Amino acid sequence: MSETSVSPGRAGATPPARNLEIGRLLLEGRAFFALIVIVLVFSILSPYYFSLGNFLTMASHVAIFGILAIGMLLVILNGGIDLSVGSTLGLSGVIAGFLMQGVTLDALGIVLYPPVWVVVVLTCLLGGFVGLINGVLVARFKVPAFVATLGVMYVARGAALLITNGLTYNNLGGRPALGNTGFNWLGFNHLLGVPVGVLVLIVVSLCANTMLSRTAFGRWLYASGGNERAAELSGVPVKTVQVSVYVLSGICAAAAGLILSSQLTSAGPTAGLSYELTAIAAVVIGGAALTGGRGNVRGTLLGAFVIGFLSDGLVIIGISSYWQTVFTGAVIVLAVLLNAVQYQRRPKAVPGKAIPVPPAG
Amino acid sequence: MSAAAGVAAATDGVVLSARNVDKLYGSTHALKGVNFDVHRGKVTALFGENGAGKSTLMKILSGVVAPTSGDIELEGLRVSFASTVEARDAGVSIIHQELSLAPNLSVRDNIFLGREIRTATGVDFAEEARQTRLLLEELEEDIDPTTLVADLRLGQQQIVEIARALSVDARILIMDEPTSALSASEVEVLFKVIRDLTSRGVSIVYISHHLEEALQVSDYAVVLRDGTVTATAEAKDIDLQWIVHNMVGDHYDRGAPPTGYAFGDVTLSIRDLCVADATKSHNLVVDHLSLDVRAGEIVCIYGLMGAGRTELLEAVAGRVPIASGEVLLRDRPLKGLSIAERISRGLVLVPEDRQRDGLVQTMSVGENLSLASIRSFVKGMLTSRVRERKLVEASIRDVHIKTAGGSATIGSLSGGNQQKVVIGKMLATDPKAILLDEPSRGIDIGAKAEVFRLLGEKARQGLAVVYSTSEVQECLSVAHRIIVMRRGKISAEFGPEVLKEEIMAASGEAVVH
Repeated sequence: MSETSVSPGRAGATPPARNLEIGRLLLEGRAFFALIVIVLVFSILSPYYFSLGNFLTMASHVAIFGILAIGMLLVILNGGIDLSVGSTLGLSGVIAGFLMQGVTLDALGIVLYPPVWVVVVLTCLLGGFVGLINGVLVARFKVPAFVATLGVMYVARGAALLITNGLTYNNLGGRPALGNTGFNWLGFNHLLGVPVGVLVLIVVSLCANTMLSRTAFGRWLYASGGNERAAELSGVPVKTVQVSVYVLSGICAAAAGLILSSQLTSAGPTAGLSYELTAIAAVVIGGAALTGGRGNVRGTLLGAFVIGFLSDGLVIIGISSYWQTVFTGAVIVLAVLLNAVQYQRRPKAVPGKAIPVPPAG
Repeated sequence: MSAAAGVAAATDGVVLSARNVDKLYGSTHALKGVNFDVHRGKVTALFGENGAGKSTLMKILSGVVAPTSGDIELEGLRVSFASTVEARDAGVSIIHQELSLAPNLSVRDNIFLGREIRTATGVDFAEEARQTRLLLEELEEDIDPTTLVADLRLGQQQIVEIARALSVDARILIMDEPTSALSASEVEVLFKVIRDLTSRGVSIVYISHHLEEALQVSDYAVVLRDGTVTATAEAKDIDLQWIVHNMVGDHYDRGAPPTGYAFGDVTLSIRDLCVADATKSHNLVVDHLSLDVRAGEIVCIYGLMGAGRTELLEAVAGRVPIASGEVLLRDRPLKGLSIAERISRGLVLVPEDRQRDGLVQTMSVGENLSLASIRSFVKGMLTSRVRERKLVEASIRDVHIKTAGGSATIGSLSGGNQQKVVIGKMLATDPKAILLDEPSRGIDIGAKAEVFRLLGEKARQGLAVVYSTSEVQECLSVAHRIIVMRRGKISAEFGPEVLKEEIMAASGEAVVH
């Protein structure tokens, strides 16, 4: 199934032009085909690549980028961009680590050890709060999204460094005596053989997909990303939608931060450096338009898997990490190029077909 | 007029002409076999209502767009301009209705944009400034060449635009509504410049809605209607009546106001409304205007560009802030309510520019139609696909949209059907009052008739309808009452039996003696 067979009129769904059918299928399903090619090529190059164990390992790497990318997709659908997610991820990990170490309340002379679920909730709230700052800057104060989130990116990273003094929290396991064990569950455990991180990705994706295709909010998001003025005149609360997508993106970043620090059993202030760019790349490879209004969860997931499977495959066959960077970059450029082809061709195709030259006079 | 002397022998002096020009935009036939001559050293006025094809024809003559078929002849030779730059190099310049200046640059930089005077080390700003000053002196406008365009009045910006066209030594100058932003004294200067230019052999095409004004300066008149040239004459042989007659025609089924029922209570009440200019807050674009519209009544607001129609409707709909006064919907004040809240109270606006403000191009026909009424088919948290499909299908039937179905793309529809999508979207919210800003803009005559018939139908069901138009014929279609706006005020109010000339006189378009 290609990524375009989504509900009517979402990202694709123009009436078919028969002679272009195959080319169009290849173009619109490009992320899917790219993923197949990647799996095939690496399976041939390495005997270790094509195994369930490896796929699950790679998938748990993808989970981090995938969750970030889903949040990013919401922002990009709205016509914005969120550069702060990498820093928010790092800050969230640090806050989780900080809470796990115990919070010393000097006034009362006690040390609080919150249970893991409280840590998770507080961290997600923090992510949402960072997103709220982004959203308010963009929606209320009309700061361009690029600049607002760039600033917040620096502030969040700086905050993470300040909290830890540049060091890394290493002991996140908790102690049974304090009742705060279980943080490692997110990163290490499996349910039905699937890593928990991957399950979180699946849940987040399903929620996002339902939200986008079946709720009023999803429709508002597509509408305000496609044409904000028209959406506003149709009664869409465009400001609320705009703030919400940044909040959701921040929460996604916090969730990804929790999973990453759980996988690493440590929380460093530089975690997630430049992850925002990987997330943007996944969204773009998945066929979303940076101008807003076009894109879907399925494509973004495919994009995240393309990037994750490609870079892990390159590691497995022993290619230098410098080359990995080059390959990933090339894939992104190619994806953007194809996006440009896809979105430019459409509007022109309509009048192009509709102009039979009438006899003069 | 002075320029009318010696016109008779000039028919051989055709410098630029269109021969059998056709232009199609998608399925819209904007020009049909148009023949148009520009006479050397004369002013040729082009008349026609909005959507008649004037701007399209001028865009073809100046290389902005290419004709679908037909030829352009310059000095008797076939030419095809690939761009405005090519046209400009051939001596054809156009001053667009919408100003095309860069507001962040100075007057000097705008005039020499794209053809800066270069020296070995860069741009010769002093020489540019000198030439700019000369041009502006000629236009009797005292503007410093280094002033930012953004700091100028609209009329002055128009002058700069004209100066720019003059600066390239145009042989043929097309002026599309050059006076719409000018004050009376500025118009006088412009006319003097025009006479001066023609005496130097420059040929001018002059387009204006101010018919009388245009007639003053022109030597020839050409009238376009629905993409066809309906009449050509020398200016000395014609009068206003002739122009209006040929512009509007008589044989167009314009519909009639729906009758046979009594109006209900006052649905929409506008009281002493003032709206400030978005850029200069001390200017009122809507000036202490009051208007009541009853349930079932159709009110048409007529006015020229800049009369304040759009601002009035947008202020009522909550799109732009009001300076003072109030708006009531069924006796409840709307002060402080958002657009969304006004829609849920039953007041909706169909905006003027459907591409920019009406449609979401990335969404399907169905998604556009249901956008404003999503809440009506949300069950629990999720939208009901069944209910949405029903709503979309009902809308498509209700407003007669010709489409392959709800999942078709917006781009696959003709302009008229796109407009019906915007109207259908707002009607789906079950409004009490609907405002339509130029609902007939850029759609063909068949679609216009359908849109007005639809408004008639809805009014009969108790909807209060207010629509604005800049085409006088459209006032005389379904409206029970015609309001003429001029400079933000109501300058006249008529019943459906009024004459076109009276409406035009009240708008300042044509003064009937």
